[in-house]
Amino acid sequence: MSNIPENAPNHCPGTQSEDAGKASACAGCPNQNICASGVPAGPDPAIELIKNRLSNVKHKILVLSGKGGVGKSTLTSLLGHGLAARFPDKNIGILDADICGPSQPRMLGVRGEQVHYSGSGWSPVYVGDNLSLMSIGFLLGSPDDAVIWRGPKKNGMIKQFLSEVEWGELDYLLIDTPPGTSDEHLWGVHYVAGAGVSGTSDEHLSAVQYLSGAGLSGALVVSTPQEVALLDVRKELNFCRKLDVRVLGVVENMAVFVCPNCKSRSEVFPATTGGAAAMCEELEVPLLGALPLEPLLARAADSGHSYLQLQPPGSQTLVAMDQILDKIVAACESTS
Amino acid sequence: MLENVKSVILVLSGKGGVGKSTVSTQLALTLKERGFKVGLLDVDLCGPSVPHILNLENENIHQGTDGWVPVYLDKEQRLGVMSIGFLLKSRNDAVVWRGPKKTAMIKQFLEDVYWQDLDFLVIDTPPGTSDEHITVMENLRQIPQCSAIIVTTPQEVAIEDVRKEITFCRKTGISILGIIENMSGYQCPTCNECTNIFSSGGGKSLAEISKLQFLGCLPIDARVGKLAGQGLAAVKELPDSTTSKVLNDLVTVLAESIQNGS
Ligand SMILES: Nc1ncnc2c1ncn2[C@@H]1O[C@H](COP(=O)(O)OP(=O)(O)OP(=O)(O)O)[C@@H](O)[C@H]1O
Ligand code: SF4
Ligand SMILES: [Mg+2]
Ligand SMILES: [Zn+2]
Repeated sequence: MSNIPENAPNHCPGTQSEDAGKASACAGCPNQNICASGVPAGPDPAIELIKNRLSNVKHKILVLSGKGGVGKSTLTSLLGHGLAARFPDKNIGILDADICGPSQPRMLGVRGEQVHYSGSGWSPVYVGDNLSLMSIGFLLGSPDDAVIWRGPKKNGMIKQFLSEVEWGELDYLLIDTPPGTSDEHLWGVHYVAGAGVSGTSDEHLSAVQYLSGAGLSGALVVSTPQEVALLDVRKELNFCRKLDVRVLGVVENMAVFVCPNCKSRSEVFPATTGGAAAMCEELEVPLLGALPLEPLLARAADSGHSYLQLQPPGSQTLVAMDQILDKIVAACESTS
Repeated sequence: MLENVKSVILVLSGKGGVGKSTVSTQLALTLKERGFKVGLLDVDLCGPSVPHILNLENENIHQGTDGWVPVYLDKEQRLGVMSIGFLLKSRNDAVVWRGPKKTAMIKQFLEDVYWQDLDFLVIDTPPGTSDEHITVMENLRQIPQCSAIIVTTPQEVAIEDVRKEITFCRKTGISILGIIENMSGYQCPTCNECTNIFSSGGGKSLAEISKLQFLGCLPIDARVGKLAGQGLAAVKELPDSTTSKVLNDLVTVLAESIQNGS
């Protein structure tokens, strides 16, 4: 996250500052129009609401990537099912915060379900006895409908999601996010993590100020092995660091492919720069494991079946998932 | 705006990671190999990957008298490239510009780059019907020579998002040239067996449902993946690959469309 563009003059107050575009240094800066167009805002009462709403949720985990299509949603649903199966007495929730392309309703096989609003908030949809889901997908009419919302409205929606879903008691809440260091992210981090600090700050300013709160257990960062993906993921990790969001670890997805015909292994997305392992070492974050490129997993996601229930014999994916879950659970338990 | 550009091609999808940047760069490289003058604009403000793919990571853009001067891939200046990536200091930096600032940044990207005369300007967009999208679309809808290519992968989860994108184009009034399916199948390098990792046929049936032209299927090809980072054209390095054939056919379609248009 760079607050001071390279082409800015010496005394640039920073693109996120209240004076962005208006300080005396900004006169003549090529970015002045851009910076001056930012809208200032006041303290946000939603922070308190969200804090209260999520106070019954023990572990809140953001699933991030930076790069699109690397499997955040697939991993989120796999882990959701995995946690629910592992802990039959605990409650698991999934919040699909991808308001432009929500995929959880399909992946979890609950497309077309109705969500109900009662006095205490939106009731999530139950996927299993102890697994529930809330997604913007439930509020859209036809599959062709696009949610064309600008930043502020989107933020409003996410705020609403965080503050108005009646989750009940949850042990784990997994939050599936849209790709990129986009607005949605900032807001998710800002509100979840901020549960704990009251609204003393300007919400338009950096979200960092809210992050001293104990809201968020941490982030799971998903990547694929090739450099084009790692490039974006590095930025995402940097972003977490700047915002003081703990990185629970990185999961490398689509790592190897085992040919169903000859059983030989190949790299479909070549790790020309050492893959996630090298990146994790360089940036000193834990690598939680690697999931293979598994056609059955893609099929399960499309059809809304739980991959666990397909009981694929000798599945590398399940072995890997279990190890990843062990580490996530351990990391979450160590903080609470 | 963009008066000197004969044809503006927006590369879109609804879904992330379907390979838009790979398609955009390979398309721009193919157009260049076929003798056109081409510009490539990367409007992904959060994750610009074009500089890496084209091996231009250490280049800078300059402010000239007529606007920002793009980075040229070749001495003959047949392919000019503009990306927010050139403005970032380190590859690990992410620009976290909020909505309104992003909008202004994109406007500047569209208006203030000095492209010279171009046959094609290929625009690589960030995923989703995001702010970036809306801004790009709003600015380009008035331009008569602008049309979109939609990239999808074959599976349902992707197709679903792409349908939203098609609706979005129709609402905005941007004409759609057609649909291209990426990552169709994977050929095992050992036994040559082709596995449809992400199922198959989704792009074609989507084209039929939406009454759009189907522009072809690009397989998952690890060799093409490895070209990323080197700035090499698939049509030159791997002339016999399916990828090259599909790209060449696509360029033929585009070439006809500018002939008919002008
Ligand atoms: N390990 C895997 N093996 C096979 N297919 C996979 C694997 N992981 C993900 N996929 C498939 O890849 C596609 C993209 O995954 P997914 O939708 O989870 O990505 P995402 O990161 O959530 O994307 P977006 O950025 O658009 O939200 C899906 O079709 C999914 O089923
Ligand atoms: S306009 Fe002001 S705040 Fe924005 S980059 Fe320039 S100097 Fe910095
Ligand atoms: Mg997703
Ligand atoms: Zn094989």
